[in-house]
Amino acid sequence: MMDLLQQLGQVGLQAFQRLGRGSLFFFQVLLGFPDLIRRFHLVVVQLWSVGVRSLLLIVVAGTFVGMVLSLQGYNTLVDFGAEESLGVLVALSLVRELGPVVSALLFAGRAGSALTAEIGLMKATEQLAGMEMMAVDPLRRIVAPRLLGGILAMPLLAALFSALGVIGGYFVGVGLLGVDDGAFWSQMQTKVDLNDDILNGVIKSVVFGVAVTWIAVFEGYDAVPTSEGVSRATTRTVVHSSLAVLCLDFVLTALMFNG
Amino acid sequence: MHNRTLEIGVGVFVALGLAALLMLAMKVSNLGALSGDGGYELSARFDNIGGLKVRSPVTMAGVRIGRVLDISFDNETYEAVARFAIEPQYNRLPKDTSASIFTAGLLGEQYLGLEPGGEEDFLQAGDEIRMTQSAVVLEQIIGQFLYSKASEGEDK
Repeated sequence: MMDLLQQLGQVGLQAFQRLGRGSLFFFQVLLGFPDLIRRFHLVVVQLWSVGVRSLLLIVVAGTFVGMVLSLQGYNTLVDFGAEESLGVLVALSLVRELGPVVSALLFAGRAGSALTAEIGLMKATEQLAGMEMMAVDPLRRIVAPRLLGGILAMPLLAALFSALGVIGGYFVGVGLLGVDDGAFWSQMQTKVDLNDDILNGVIKSVVFGVAVTWIAVFEGYDAVPTSEGVSRATTRTVVHSSLAVLCLDFVLTALMFNG
Repeated sequence: MHNRTLEIGVGVFVALGLAALLMLAMKVSNLGALSGDGGYELSARFDNIGGLKVRSPVTMAGVRIGRVLDISFDNETYEAVARFAIEPQYNRLPKDTSASIFTAGLLGEQYLGLEPGGEEDFLQAGDEIRMTQSAVVLEQIIGQFLYSKASEGEDK
């Protein structure tokens, strides 16, 4: 019985320790951000590996999510004779929820895991230690550009996801199912608000970008420097960042759309 | 050379992302339709505004010419006051224009419909529309209908 309690306490303490280390790590990396203005090419390289390489996944996923949404929404709405509202349904669900959330989940799987593996492997092969020997701060040289790259790439990817989803929904709804072209757009434009919906969607994706990239770089930096440790860290990144995205999404939605 | 393709790729990516944001702002949301602060303001008083909301459309002859800006309650007269903005190019609404609250479709949202009168003077910014017709409340109509049915029954 006591053993069980002890184990529980140990697990709890370890979790809090990691959280504390993660927060300290985050602020240390943030301190490196001003330097990045002078060395922006480092961020550009990260935007390439994190953003451009996720592009195909986001484009295909966004288009198909929009198309499926349109197809499913039509089947329900047509019962009420309200198929003109299809545009509203597709646009609002993409801009408010699916765009930021699904692209963050894909981003965690595609880019987050790669970041963790890269940094973890650098640690395992003692490249980070080597940099420190040469008086180069790996937090500033390695971690900070990756974090900033992820934070910058995430809102752009989410916006692309939503926009392509709307276009995909348009093709299925108007092209395939015969919803009126004008009603699709005009209803969408009257119901979707720039500040309430689109801006909040962008804020969501920025928050998710920070969360996913932070978890990814921290897991990599904090990984046990063995091949097993790196593989575990990579798995943890995907699991933790997906859970973080879904929980944060609930909190943000409750804060933003409760009126 | 590799550096160059990389930078071009990132440039394309950022441009695509910004284009998507722009498309969401202009095409999906209402930014493209009405800038919001443009136009002149009018107001109208109603006994009951029903489901009219801020940002509901204001239409004339079925065409949207403005938006509801603000809805408030007048504590003195117990009426609802709706302020709305009309786009600046529609500045030839007659003084005796009337305003009614309609519903788009059976279950659709409510909007403010304007009907032109015959006077030669035009409404100016800040004017109030005198002739108004309140929203139709379904319960009241059903109540009236039942009441009239009941009284019909008594007559026989």
